Amino acid sequence: MTDAAALRRTPLYDFHLAQGAKMVPFAGYGMPVHYPLGVMKEHLHTRAAAGLFDVSHMGQVMLTSSRGGEALALALEGLVPVDVLGLAEGRQRYGLFTDPSGGILDDLMIANTGEGLFLVVNAACKAADIAYLATHLPDHVRVEEIADRALLALQGPQAERALARLVPEVAGMRFMDSLRIAVDGAEWWISRSGYTGEDGFEISVPATIAEDVAARLVAMAEVAPVGLGARDSLRLEAGLCLYGHDIDRTTSPVEAALGWAIQKVRRAGGAREGGFPGAGRILAELETGAPRRRVGLLPQGRAPMREGTPLFATEEGTDRIGTITSGGFGPSVEGPVAMGYVPDAQASPGTGIFAELRGRRLPVTVAPMPFLTASYKR
Amino acid sequence: MKFTEEHEWLRIEDDLVVVGITEHAAEQLGDVVFVELPEEGTTVSKDDEVVVIESVKAASDILAPLDGEIVEVNEPLSEDPGKVNEDPLGDAWFFKMKIEDMSELDDFMTEAEYKDFIG
Repeated sequence: MTDAAALRRTPLYDFHLAQGAKMVPFAGYGMPVHYPLGVMKEHLHTRAAAGLFDVSHMGQVMLTSSRGGEALALALEGLVPVDVLGLAEGRQRYGLFTDPSGGILDDLMIANTGEGLFLVVNAACKAADIAYLATHLPDHVRVEEIADRALLALQGPQAERALARLVPEVAGMRFMDSLRIAVDGAEWWISRSGYTGEDGFEISVPATIAEDVAARLVAMAEVAPVGLGARDSLRLEAGLCLYGHDIDRTTSPVEAALGWAIQKVRRAGGAREGGFPGAGRILAELETGAPRRRVGLLPQGRAPMREGTPLFATEEGTDRIGTITSGGFGPSVEGPVAMGYVPDAQASPGTGIFAELRGRRLPVTVAPMPFLTASYKR
Repeated sequence: MKFTEEHEWLRIEDDLVVVGITEHAAEQLGDVVFVELPEEGTTVSKDDEVVVIESVKAASDILAPLDGEIVEVNEPLSEDPGKVNEDPLGDAWFFKMKIEDMSELDDFMTEAEYKDFIG
């Protein structure tokens, strides 16, 4: 599987090599894990100025319907516990595909473009997601993978200043706005969003101009190219879930502390209550709580605690209560940070528990997330 | 100075062997954020995992290059793990060990041999 020759390349592959990236296999693609700056400095640069990420490996999917926008929104609502009908044109929303037992098949972004719904799904799930959409959406919906566009993320407090030099209109966008605009004859699809906890943009451009766009951005003083390593530590500090690690088919949205992604209109008593896979369990958990919950964890001491580290209620007991699902060193927090699942009784911030690291029980405190204040432009 | 295939360097200081990792290893590890050192006085066997190093991305072990006793550890390194990247051949030594027979060091690579080894 890790045969380099079998790996797919994004339109920015040559750009990464030219920037001196260390390339690794990721979700079937050869991707930059870091550039010469290194993970730590790339992370800090993103929080201080702006980082440019290649996220072209993620799936871009366009849904359109012969019956118009309302029918399309209602059709997608059959698969996600999200208020899609109420998503205004030019707006974007976080969503989840759920399965009949209430587990999470994938998380995704949904933008209303006016002509259709534009989805961005995880790289590792995209083939399955597209097949799933094609199978489960009604015949009037067309599911089209957008394979000829690159996706860049520009993240950080100076992202607006940098991108506005190429597209001045971005300065007027709010968090989760979605804009389609022609720039020098090419169509740019821009949303004010990202996955680092910073203000920033995700930018879909034709693959043919991706390298030029990336080169123009990294030529700006504010912008440094940033790899997957820092992307992971940034999203972890921001308390954001990584599919396949923090969420998967064994976790429900309520357990995953993603209840906020389920709007009132889809909840019990709402105008379009339920109607998505697993609604029975998920709506019940929204009402009465789930037996376990994803929480932030602050290891005391300096040792990073990684995915798979077992959690215990006490220092001595054999009662394993949960597992760390993501963890590592937070360069901005300047210490180890983690997240994982614990029983409801241990889920309140401030609760002291223990993690077993190399045979020793070390104290961990349940902490609110994000670990840093997000700076979205609301 | 001698070098192991595990990218450690070994330096004789009085009757002790000082152990650290090479610049090449430090570069491969990336930004080091945590170092867990052994207890002074621990008796170790060759290839025992004696030090844990964690970079932003991953954890790795440093192995005892020889049988012997750990007589001193570089305590300040636990507080300032970034030293491993800044000065791997100097300030960022990990431990000093006492071994039975110093001639055992002859089996390890010279600097020139190590350079060939890492290509």
